Amino acid sequence: MRRSRTGEPSELDLLAIACLAPSLLYILVMFVYPFLYGIYLSVHPLKVDGFSLANYIAFFTDQYQYKTVGITFRLAVPNTIVVVAISLLFAYNMRRGIWLERTITTILVLPISLGVILLSQGILGFYGGKGWFNQLILGLGLLEEPLILTHNFTGVMLSLFMQQFPFCFLMLLGYISGIDPSIENSARTLGANPWTVFRRIMLPLIAPGLAIAFALVFVMSFATFPSAIMLGQPSGSTRTIAIAAYAQAFEMFDMPYASAIAVIMGLFQLAGLLLILLMRKRMVTAATMGVGKR
Amino acid sequence: MKEPTCETIDSLRFRITKRFGAKTVLQDFALEVRGKQFITFLGPSGCGKSTALNIIAGLIPATAGEVWIDGERIDHLPPEKREFGMVFQNYALFPHMTVFANIAFGLQLQRRPEAEIAERVQQMLELVQLLGYEGRYPGQLSGGQQQRIAIARALVLCPRLMLLDEPLSNLDAKLRIEMRAEIKRLHTSLGLTSIYVTHDQVEALSLSDWVVVMREGLLIQAGTPQEIHDQPVNIFVADFMGFRNFFPTQVVSVGPDRDVEAAGNGMKIRGKTRHPFAPGASVVAAIRPNDVMVGGDAASPNAFRAKVDIVEYLGREDEVIVTMETGGRLWVQTAVRLAPGENVTVVLPPDRVIFLPPEGYGGKE
Repeated sequence: MRRSRTGEPSELDLLAIACLAPSLLYILVMFVYPFLYGIYLSVHPLKVDGFSLANYIAFFTDQYQYKTVGITFRLAVPNTIVVVAISLLFAYNMRRGIWLERTITTILVLPISLGVILLSQGILGFYGGKGWFNQLILGLGLLEEPLILTHNFTGVMLSLFMQQFPFCFLMLLGYISGIDPSIENSARTLGANPWTVFRRIMLPLIAPGLAIAFALVFVMSFATFPSAIMLGQPSGSTRTIAIAAYAQAFEMFDMPYASAIAVIMGLFQLAGLLLILLMRKRMVTAATMGVGKR
Repeated sequence: MKEPTCETIDSLRFRITKRFGAKTVLQDFALEVRGKQFITFLGPSGCGKSTALNIIAGLIPATAGEVWIDGERIDHLPPEKREFGMVFQNYALFPHMTVFANIAFGLQLQRRPEAEIAERVQQMLELVQLLGYEGRYPGQLSGGQQQRIAIARALVLCPRLMLLDEPLSNLDAKLRIEMRAEIKRLHTSLGLTSIYVTHDQVEALSLSDWVVVMREGLLIQAGTPQEIHDQPVNIFVADFMGFRNFFPTQVVSVGPDRDVEAAGNGMKIRGKTRHPFAPGASVVAAIRPNDVMVGGDAASPNAFRAKVDIVEYLGREDEVIVTMETGGRLWVQTAVRLAPGENVTVVLPPDRVIFLPPEGYGGKE
């Protein structure tokens, strides 16, 4: 039975609302309330009575704190670009299926199932100063000194890449392999070489999926916390904004200040998302020479 | 505006084998045809006809074999270097481009001047009767319009060989007949060489100069539509061409012009064959439902007494199933109005009865 969207509510709608109620309640209690409470808390600092933006002002006037924004961007932006680019490379070349596809996909996806902590421990062990990677390099005489790949910026990048690549790759693979192969086949018969097919036909068609991939990976990278602590220098070069919030909450026990930092972090993530969606729109427009349906 | 004609090929020759893993999709599928013809690959789904077309286009590699055009071997060329046009079943228009950009795509890749591109796109739109649609997107067009744009997009480059992969299968019956005529018109007026893949024998017969019937990766029969229609080589092709009645018999005698007299299952039957049968050979007599005559002289050759079982109304004619007194069932299409239970005489005109080898499959045995 189909009704117009402007129709009067019927029993069916009430039933639908009733069925949705438990999940709505869950979202309200578990997400909306804490979220709003966090915002409320952030504008009610410990040392002030009533409404005040003191926490926000404190964050942006304290170099130790506002530097975390820059650090987080310096991690998240390159990481997002690298993850999406490499995922796109793999997914695009695997779009028609390849030899041993299932095995290769399993290997690529395995890190998802391991969890961040185990993954980070593994990276510490393997890439650490005394890890196999460095022992191999030193053993082969390729380098005199071990490569410092952990407890610094590189370590966090490595860890983020390994966590996020499988997600991003799987998502793009699903998106790209859903595009009708006869579209690129027809482009080939019309005289387009594989690169032109990618640039003129496939890239514009993949763009919406690519934008989602950029958005998700960026948000995940921006919120990085365990990797930055375990594989980075949590008090120095990889002190991300999430660490700053954590420190305020559980080391300084200043919940309102921590909430303010969390809100600031959320706003930057939102700004990043908007920028990505804006770029996507421009990209599609440029490729289609005019905006229309689809 | 004068309709342009295209430079086309003089000859196409290929022999291809294709295996996917252990499965052989095409086994030594070979053909040699002259240019300016309309060639159809006809067969049921899974017979390898589309695979063959894709190999000719260069979109999938053959496991073994060669493709030659005008004495030049082209199977090593990538599809973009072959200068063929291809039309797909699901249109395959670029959804993010306007109609104009779709048709102009190939010309832009050739770096033609803007003015020439605009003129040729207009010419094509006129040719496929979609002038004024250049600003639309594929999603805003009907299936028939999309397919016309897809055809225009291929034709604007004047392909030396036009490949059409079941282009009408997604259209409704009425549109299919219209588009069929349009494809034939474009083929003739532009002087193209076309290869057309279909599972629809009516499309194959009405469009083609040369029909290639395929089954399970083998070429079963190749010939003019008349040959395929009137003289199928075996039961498979006969069945595909609308023969519905098959009677196993033995050859009694073979006369001049391959007139055959055969007997079996209590019936004596005369007809023609293209095979060199010897007396005593097991053969199958075949006739189309609409070639059977109802009424007539019960003493004439190939006349049988029969009883009407089922009558289905088809408009001008009825489809009737009768049981012959010899016990065999016979499908008949006739304008004579019959009623179930009625006794009739049916005549199988000897020039309409053909004799085929008992196994219809495999083609080359």
